[in-house]
Amino acid sequence: MRYAMAIDTKKCVGCSDCVVACQTENNVPHGYCRDWIVENVSGAYPIVEIELRSERCNHCENAPCVRCCPTGASHTVEGGIVMVTHDECIGCGACIQSCPYDARYSHPDGYVDKCTFCQHRLEKGQNTACVDVCPTKCLHFGDIEDPYSDVSLALKNRSWKVLAPEAGTKPQLYFLT
Amino acid sequence: MKTRREFIKISAVGAGAAAIGLSTINIAGLKLANAANDQTAVSDEEMTSFPTYCEVCFWKCAGWTYVDKHKNIRKIIGNKEDPHCNGRLCPRGTGGVGMYTDEDRLKTPLIRETVNGEQVFRKASWKEALNLVASKMKDVADKYGPESFALFNHGAPGEHFKHLLHAYGSENEGEPAWAQCRGPREVGFSATFGSWIGSPEPTDIRDTNCLVLIGSHIGENMHNGQVQEVADIIGRNATIITVDPRLSTVASKSKYWLPIKPATDLALLLSWIHVLIFEGLYNKDYVEQYTMGFEQLKEHVKDMTPEWAYGITTIEPSIIRKTAREMANAAPAVIVHPGRHVVWYGDDSQRERAIAILNALLGSWGKRGGFYFKEAISVPKYPHPQYPHAEWSWKDNLDGKYPLSSMAITTELLAASIPEFGYKHPIKAWMVAGTNLPLTIPNKELFKTAAEAVEFIVVVDTMPMDITGYADVVLPECTYLERYDTIRAAPHREPNIALRMPAVEPKYETKPSWWIAKQLGERLGLGDFFDYDDFSEVLDWQLKKMGTSLDEMKKIGIKMFDRKSGPLYLADGEEYHFNTNSGKIELYSTEFAELGFDPMPKFTKHPEPEDGFYRLIYGRAPMHTFSRTSNNHNLFDLMNENSVWINPKVAELWDLKTGQKIWLQNQDGIVSTFPIKVRVTERIRWDSVYMVHGFGHDNKKLTRTFGRGASDTQLITNVMVDPMMGGTGMRGNFVTFITENPGKEAEA
Repeated sequence: MRYAMAIDTKKCVGCSDCVVACQTENNVPHGYCRDWIVENVSGAYPIVEIELRSERCNHCENAPCVRCCPTGASHTVEGGIVMVTHDECIGCGACIQSCPYDARYSHPDGYVDKCTFCQHRLEKGQNTACVDVCPTKCLHFGDIEDPYSDVSLALKNRSWKVLAPEAGTKPQLYFLT
Repeated sequence: MKTRREFIKISAVGAGAAAIGLSTINIAGLKLANAANDQTAVSDEEMTSFPTYCEVCFWKCAGWTYVDKHKNIRKIIGNKEDPHCNGRLCPRGTGGVGMYTDEDRLKTPLIRETVNGEQVFRKASWKEALNLVASKMKDVADKYGPESFALFNHGAPGEHFKHLLHAYGSENEGEPAWAQCRGPREVGFSATFGSWIGSPEPTDIRDTNCLVLIGSHIGENMHNGQVQEVADIIGRNATIITVDPRLSTVASKSKYWLPIKPATDLALLLSWIHVLIFEGLYNKDYVEQYTMGFEQLKEHVKDMTPEWAYGITTIEPSIIRKTAREMANAAPAVIVHPGRHVVWYGDDSQRERAIAILNALLGSWGKRGGFYFKEAISVPKYPHPQYPHAEWSWKDNLDGKYPLSSMAITTELLAASIPEFGYKHPIKAWMVAGTNLPLTIPNKELFKTAAEAVEFIVVVDTMPMDITGYADVVLPECTYLERYDTIRAAPHREPNIALRMPAVEPKYETKPSWWIAKQLGERLGLGDFFDYDDFSEVLDWQLKKMGTSLDEMKKIGIKMFDRKSGPLYLADGEEYHFNTNSGKIELYSTEFAELGFDPMPKFTKHPEPEDGFYRLIYGRAPMHTFSRTSNNHNLFDLMNENSVWINPKVAELWDLKTGQKIWLQNQDGIVSTFPIKVRVTERIRWDSVYMVHGFGHDNKKLTRTFGRGASDTQLITNVMVDPMMGGTGMRGNFVTFITENPGKEAEA
């Protein structure tokens, strides 16, 4: 089993609901976030395109943050979710430097924090908070090894890309284009 | 010069108790945050949930407020049964918890007084504040009659104060929803189809094959159910045609973006009507059966060709024809969307008429994928004595002006408050509930002069919004998460009701509006109109009459009812009587003709910016509502200031860079109080600039948002009034750029 997320950039309107839903679900302190919106504008008036992406930790198969963590606080759990054990984290920030997606931040309480794919919700059979709240239903989540999961079905017959493939991290966020 | 009513920046002066040191707030805030962070997430089962409907915007989505065992509100989640949101709140609804936690909230009643020549607010008890307001209301009624007391309101609190106002003997209640927002579309569609659009809009986007947006930026306006349906049709590649001088988010997802020259939309609409008629693309059976005035319309638009429109709109004739054919191909599953905030150029009712006529020619009204027949359930009236007869109302002040205004025109209520204007029936005092007039009403001078002139102002709000600075008494309302309110019974595909109940006790000394209205009523000898101890009794009585109960609604939050008015759509060839003079869809408006207005819309050229000036257009951001959310910590985190969008060619001319702070000056010499950051972007034409509405607050008590970004409302001093319904057209203002600090920044 491997959890993954597909983000439909055609449907996303960049409203940031995923960001605030994550903040309230996971009690992320004000001024910080575990997910965020990127807007890319290309072209010149009047031929202009916009790509909107809801981004977060890529839960990489080959995660540099896990490899570089000196205490083992950053680790991978079932389904390929990359987690941080707060009590074991010394806040050195090596993982923050190693992440090509800038997905981690230093929590004011002294540890490093990031997206958990709402593991506490998955355990109860729920979706992640961001997937459940998205008004455009542009987020698709599930086990990418199951061909009939939401994420697999969303990727079927659609073109997609991952971010920074050159980093070799095998990221698990797929952006439908 | 000291004025009678100085604008009081609540925390700025004296009244030591009211001015809490900023550092104290920060320390307290930090401690709270740390304590709460002992656990990162709490599972739903460990919390209690209470039904509510959202008050962050007028869409009023139903949801559940989750409260943990420490009585902290943790999150708000959409109610899956609610057709307004389908279980998915928008960022503002999700972030609504920030309205509750905002440490800048109004905490106690405040009374204006003068200490050593300085006007300050001092804390007051509810008893003192209510006694003062009631005695002022009595004075006004004795001296001038109760009619001279006006209410400005928005949202749920308004319902309670409207009841109070009517019981007291005044009908002078106004809300910006009419003359600053959607009035023109109700006039235009009513003249055509005999029906208002109303809210939520009965646009059947879910099943449409072609959606046409005239400046409507769905997705940036986060009108939830509507945004969800637009996302669905993007998913199935339906045609979207977006007309906007700016590449809005939805424009970027549209098959056609028509970057129209601003202020020329009516020419485009008329040329589309021309193409539909002269290429024979209109829905002939529908037009024949349901409409009147087709021949007059045909004659009227015969010269309004795409070539004619090209010179006005800059949209190429081939594109005008192509898009008209797209609409016809999709018909009747096509929607030319009426929009929502449509007070632009003063001929807005006529522009909306043109939109309505297009829909009529396409046969989309009453058809699947077009406009469905909405239905609401009526909520039984809780018994109370008959309201006293009001001797006059706002309508009597108009002297025949704005004959199609069916709701009070806020700007007219303001004008009637200024004695120099010599209105027959002057307004002498105000209550303002839930609306921030200084950032809502264009032409701030009118507002300020009126506020200075009236004898008394009481403001009810949850936050120290800019309006509170003009108040004599401020009454702190608790947020929607802490109170009962009236039942939501908005029209939809199926009639439904939603309950709002408190999830926690009101914070500080705040109180619900129903309680405030009742307390004032009792002090005015109107206790019979408030015959209950708690508003939950009213709700239970009403709900039982509707076949449910407060207890049941507490468990389900939302209840659906069967339709009684017939099907959602017209069957082919079905007889139907429209509520117009002729009983038909009026392509030629007999109502307008009788009143001396153009029975069919005409294009009028509007003023254009002079050299070095750019048309100011404004809109919404998905994470904010008007000016009311910019201090909400959750939403502030998502967007903490607005920026001015400038085309790169223009930026080069002025040597402006993204992120640079500039000031904007309008055609009347008004300079923005605060600077605004430049955003250089290809997403806008070179003759216009764009900014998100709702920033540039000048009340320091809004500690996060104070002074961040600029206020578009401040720069809107040229108001083009719609002669039919009094709408205040706001898109005829032009700005230029000031790169050096003009020294007008608000004094510290």
